[in-house]
Amino acid sequence: MKKNFFIIIFFLFSLTQKSYGYSSDPKQFITEIVDEAKKVLVDSNSKEFKTKKLSEMALKTVDIKGVAYYSIGKYRKNLNEDQLNEYLSLFEKYFLKSFTSRLTDYSDPKIDVIGTEVLNPKYTIVKSVLLATDKKPEVKIEWRVYTKNPDNPLIRDLIIEGLSLARTQKEEFASVIESNNGDITKLFDTLREFIAK
Amino acid sequence: MIRKFVFITVISLLLQTNFVFAGTEGSEDLSKSSEASAKECFEGVSRAMFKFNHALDKVIFKPVAKGYRALPAPIRKGTGNAVDNLRSLLTFSNNLLQGDLGRAGNTAARFGINTTAGILGIFDPATRMGFEDQGKEDFGQTLGAWGADSGCYFVLPILGPTTTRDAVGLVGNIFIDPVYQITHNTEIDNGVVGNSSYSEHNYYYYRGTGAVDFRAKNIESFESLEENSIDLYASLKSLYLQNRAKKIANSTSTVETQNDSDWEEIEN
Repeated sequence: MKKNFFIIIFFLFSLTQKSYGYSSDPKQFITEIVDEAKKVLVDSNSKEFKTKKLSEMALKTVDIKGVAYYSIGKYRKNLNEDQLNEYLSLFEKYFLKSFTSRLTDYSDPKIDVIGTEVLNPKYTIVKSVLLATDKKPEVKIEWRVYTKNPDNPLIRDLIIEGLSLARTQKEEFASVIESNNGDITKLFDTLREFIAK
Repeated sequence: MIRKFVFITVISLLLQTNFVFAGTEGSEDLSKSSEASAKECFEGVSRAMFKFNHALDKVIFKPVAKGYRALPAPIRKGTGNAVDNLRSLLTFSNNLLQGDLGRAGNTAARFGINTTAGILGIFDPATRMGFEDQGKEDFGQTLGAWGADSGCYFVLPILGPTTTRDAVGLVGNIFIDPVYQITHNTEIDNGVVGNSSYSEHNYYYYRGTGAVDFRAKNIESFESLEENSIDLYASLKSLYLQNRAKKIANSTSTVETQNDSDWEEIEN
């Protein structure tokens, strides 16, 4: 009886917690991600370890499917179900490789999370600053956090000094498709090449 | 002769630029949507020019920037500050043309304090005194603030990405940049203000140093972009246009510079 009671309490407790243990408050959510990333990006960790850990973090905290849909924009409607699944699979691999590659070059980054701006019930912008070093100037980084499910916020974009990475990626994808006369499979080929290199 | 050529170039570029003297709401719409995109006019030529610039960067600009990066940090910081201080004179002219007297006052105060107390702009005491840097302005931004559409996007040799409006701005800068005028104007050279120490090559040293300082600050960012882009030309185009839209809006606020409707379409 006591055991069953314990299991029920544990089950109810676990329902109140998010699956990955991050806060549901957008500012705290980003603070926790930044703190975790700082631990991963210390000099003593190997590049392979950093890549593995950052990929795990991204899978838990980034709305990769949402970013994939955003990046392909209007062309999504031209895809059949098989193509869409193929695209989503390729995009995830591309995204993780690109995301981890951009970050693993940073060692011991000093990032201060400084505030939030609620755009609407679906989006909150969390503002942070990557502090200057003797080689690089200070960089403002804003995180577009998708809050449609308030218990499970997810990152959809990084806006660096006012420049959206998601938008840049979307325009890059559109350029690849348009320069191949609208042939979307050429984008798939390009993504495959990027993943393989 | 050169002045006549410049004048004709400005007029012809102005005629190509689609001026939209929009009201306040119209300007906001422009800054959020159309300002961050521009149609290609001669993409083939621009891509070829981009390749040329990229090769030139690898052979000349990047190695020079890396050499500059080897200098001690205080020297780089002082050099960057001094160049920014001179550059603020062009910003001041554009603050006035945009009717932004608040920013003009701030720019003038920064220049006065940094040129004197900051020893020719090497140090930046103005920031500590509460006169924070509010960003650079150029004539392309002024045209944007007046409501001019960006026009075509293209790539210039050496100077890099631009639009019709910003190319007009590049030429316009010549007329309103006090540093250019003092170093190039022979009437001034022979008169009360000028002397031989204001010769033309000083202007190009100053602009060249500014370019090297900027490149040195962005070595890693550009390498990361090169490594992670599937179409580097398109990436740089997107970043250039977003950056110009942000600068014309004089805002770093995501609410003011990013268009949320793109995100709405993925809900459907």
